[in-house]
Amino acid sequence: MEKAGEAKAKKITRINLVVGDLAGVVPECVQFYFDVISKNTQADGAVLAWETRPTRIRCRKCNKEFTPVSHDWACPDCHELSMEIVSGRECYMESIEVE
Amino acid sequence: MSVKVITVGEKILGANEDKAKENKKRLDRYGILTINIMSSPGAGKTSLILNTIKHMSKKTRIAVIEGDVASSVDADKVNAVGIPVVQINTAGGCHLDAFMVADALDSLPLDKVDLLFIENVGNLICPNNYLLGEDIRLMIASMPEGDDKPLKYPAMFADTDVVILNKVDLQPYLDFNEKSFRKVVVGLNPDVTILPVSCKSGAGMKDWLDWLETALKKKQNK
Repeated sequence: MEKAGEAKAKKITRINLVVGDLAGVVPECVQFYFDVISKNTQADGAVLAWETRPTRIRCRKCNKEFTPVSHDWACPDCHELSMEIVSGRECYMESIEVE
Repeated sequence: MSVKVITVGEKILGANEDKAKENKKRLDRYGILTINIMSSPGAGKTSLILNTIKHMSKKTRIAVIEGDVASSVDADKVNAVGIPVVQINTAGGCHLDAFMVADALDSLPLDKVDLLFIENVGNLICPNNYLLGEDIRLMIASMPEGDDKPLKYPAMFADTDVVILNKVDLQPYLDFNEKSFRKVVVGLNPDVTILPVSCKSGAGMKDWLDWLETALKKKQNK
């Protein structure tokens, strides 16, 4: 809203969000609450556009980067179970579209 | 009407993180060691707090913030042993955030506190995403929950400094494989300290209390 105000925009039409699979965000829930709280504001009717980022982990032994299938976090190459979460925890607003 | 794209690039939880930093500064000013305790419901958060109070409250001034969806059941137990406690009811919310904690801090005698436990809402999904202003993040996993929990909730285990493995007195009745549990937790979090305890029998409590004493000393010498 602040940013839309700075740009002297009348209406926010779209909000582009980035959310990782590990961020614990459920887009349908956010949309539900958003619709309620944005009523009669500049953002009333804005589309919440979600870009999801998959979980990526890196094996600490061989550096292989992979997306775990189901709950199998062992390295598919060396089978080591020692991993660092590289991405999948993102939760941010990338941009808004205004008119 | 032309559409204009404005880059924002703001973390959704940025406001919470700022507030958490404020809380941390405030607590640092009083030299209070603050521990954010997270676990599933029933893993033993309140039991660990009550046990620690029993052993330490003579020489360490302890305070507690209790986070629950509803009720003051836990806060009543802490209050009954004469420790300053504030109950936060999240009214359905599944985690505590830094704003709730900031309000709770207003109700505590901070100049008379050395150690603050913040008991988060019992949940393994999102509490770790909300910094509160703590020095230490502590997770309790209990044996009856099963040894596969770190794989189901990896982010929680990756974000913690200490894992208390509670209810070890039940091991003879359970298939819990401590070796495979440890392997996954350390795999996710190589710097983690894992302390097996039983709040019921008292097993392992000495190791936990020693660890806590060391953390307290470290904080006081800062």
